[in-house]
Amino acid sequence: MGILEVKDVNKRFGGLQALGDVNLSVRENTVHAIIGPNGAGKSTLLNCLVGKLIPDTGSVMFDGKSVLGRSPHEINQMGISRVFQTPEIFGDLTVMENMMIPLFARRDGAYRLHAIESVQSEKSLIEQAETMLEDVNMLDKRHMHSASMSRGDKRRLEMAMCLVQNPKLLLLDEPTAGMARADTNNTIDLLKEIKEKRDITIAIIEHDMHVVFSLADRITVLAQGTPLVEDEPQNIKGHPKVQEAYLGEAH
Amino acid sequence: MFGLDKKDAKLLLIVAALVLFAPFLLNPFPTDSAMAQFNAGYPDLMQRFVIFGIFAIGFNILFGLTGYLSFGHAAFLGVGSYSAVWMFKLLSMNVVPAIILSVIVSGLFAVVIGYVSLRRSGIYFSILTLAFAQMSFALAYSVLTPITGGETGLQLALDDPRILGVAQTEGGNIPVPGIFGLEMRSTAELAIGPWEFVFNVGYYFSGILMLAAFYLAIRIFRSPFGMMLRAVKSNQQRMSYTGLNPKPYTLAAFVISGMYAGLAGGLMAAMDPLAGAERMFWTASGEVVLMTILGGVGTLIGPVLGAGAIKYMENIISKINSEILHGWFAFMPDGLEDLIVALIYPFIGKGWHLTLGIIFMLVVIFLPGGLVEGGQKIARLFGRKKAADDETPGKSTEPAE
Ligand SMILES: Nc1ncnc2c1ncn2[C@@H]1O[C@H](COP(=O)(O)OP(=O)(O)OP(=O)(O)O)[C@@H](O)[C@H]1O
Ligand SMILES: [Mg+2]
Repeated sequence: MGILEVKDVNKRFGGLQALGDVNLSVRENTVHAIIGPNGAGKSTLLNCLVGKLIPDTGSVMFDGKSVLGRSPHEINQMGISRVFQTPEIFGDLTVMENMMIPLFARRDGAYRLHAIESVQSEKSLIEQAETMLEDVNMLDKRHMHSASMSRGDKRRLEMAMCLVQNPKLLLLDEPTAGMARADTNNTIDLLKEIKEKRDITIAIIEHDMHVVFSLADRITVLAQGTPLVEDEPQNIKGHPKVQEAYLGEAH
Repeated sequence: MFGLDKKDAKLLLIVAALVLFAPFLLNPFPTDSAMAQFNAGYPDLMQRFVIFGIFAIGFNILFGLTGYLSFGHAAFLGVGSYSAVWMFKLLSMNVVPAIILSVIVSGLFAVVIGYVSLRRSGIYFSILTLAFAQMSFALAYSVLTPITGGETGLQLALDDPRILGVAQTEGGNIPVPGIFGLEMRSTAELAIGPWEFVFNVGYYFSGILMLAAFYLAIRIFRSPFGMMLRAVKSNQQRMSYTGLNPKPYTLAAFVISGMYAGLAGGLMAAMDPLAGAERMFWTASGEVVLMTILGGVGTLIGPVLGAGAIKYMENIISKINSEILHGWFAFMPDGLEDLIVALIYPFIGKGWHLTLGIIFMLVVIFLPGGLVEGGQKIARLFGRKKAADDETPGKSTEPAE
């Protein structure tokens, strides 16, 4: 049994079958890549995992419990953090504040009201936030207004916000899109390092094959809402179906 | 100091000094001079400065931090006033139980109204709060007459029970509100040369409560809760995928701001023990929005400045009439005098709304950060980058290294 079990999930948008009978099993402490052409339904699948969408049919089990019918904050509290395809950060807040919010959420749960204590007195959380920022090479930007940063920096910040929560399952939706080559390589190194240090399972959607083949333990190829193949990376590269659906076409 | 960092403590001390010395600061002109018109240091107006200051500080906790724009906060002001007057009728003329009840009752009202209104955001939230407040106004005016006094308002009477106090004074009058025997209306006067300064118990009582309210607001702004409220404004989606439920935070902010409004309403009744439905009218809700925006949304001191500016204009500019204008420009040749008076006339007296409207438009267009931003610009002009520019909300609660 994997830590994440997706069974027979279907999702329709009007006449469009965005997901058709998707089955996916992600084993604990592995990196599972989901690849496929644009519009294949990759982001829709993640949306069904984090409570943004509810599948029409099928089941999604995380850590032995169903996530369906739970709200996004409950699912996050179960241990799933997600990086979005278009960066979702607190644009009005500084980088450091962006880091503090997930730390408070992890420590105090979904709604504890600390109305009188000051943020500055939370020394150990501040330290954790700074260590994480250091790991993504953003410590020097900690006082920056996060909306004013480049797209690549926003992505790195969002990833740091997710990692600092120490999730059991990290969902990454094209985490390196819009990043410079050097930052992409740093991200790969960071994820490798995190994987070694912690118990973490990562599901990653990525178009950049360099990233996919550097990180993935297993790869699922999705096309038109249905998984075509699932296998180890070395078997995926030359797979005729994959060539046809994806690799041969654009990359 | 008091759990505040240096800059905040300094700001608090400045505001405390302003409140303490307001009777001097607001009466800069000798009583007999032509400029005495502009003196604002009389009890009634000073009380209004601090009471509306409380109202606006509380409103800013909701609007400034979460971005939820309520158009119905006057309902809580009215509820606070009614509660206080009822305490005066039933219990005693002591203002302490009266304002405690004001805060509690308006808080309960805010839980209900907030719970329903916060099911929507943006303009729909604003409309819902407006609808609730207008409904409260209409009810207070008609159906609820036994509780609210209807059109005439809720007033004290000689045959009120006042179980812990006296129904009437020895002279057969209705007693006046006070705090443990010290009457709110009692006043001391101090004449220094041609100047006259007035010290009023009600003003200092309200002023101390405003300082407490201001202090609490600073603590909220700097707390994790305050940061969550800004997160609500910034990106609710990210907030929920980070494991936080935005709803209870927003509701808490709504209730806190409702309680601030209730405190302000209770104090209004403590200064002058009557309450009327017009206190809940939508224009009163709009006024606190104007105060907050004029002063600077999301800044600490802005709402207080905005409340002061609007109440000053309402009470001072509106009192200037054409005779006074003629007096000022009497030194000019007659034709020119008449022309100048005619030009200024639309902006004074009842025309003070026009003046306010123009100032408001200028501020919104040129100083979106309100008077606080104006102050920062002036401070920078003089090369003194002082405490003022630490007011920007983006910088305000970041954790220090
Ligand atoms: N909320 C929605 N409403 C209607 N249609 C949607 C919605 N979300 C996605 N779709 C459609 O479903 C299909 C799958 O979209 P999805 O975003 O999951 O693709 P993807 O694999 O992530 O593609 P990309 O690589 O471009 O991100 C697309 O045709 C898209 O237009
Ligand atoms: Mg996508």
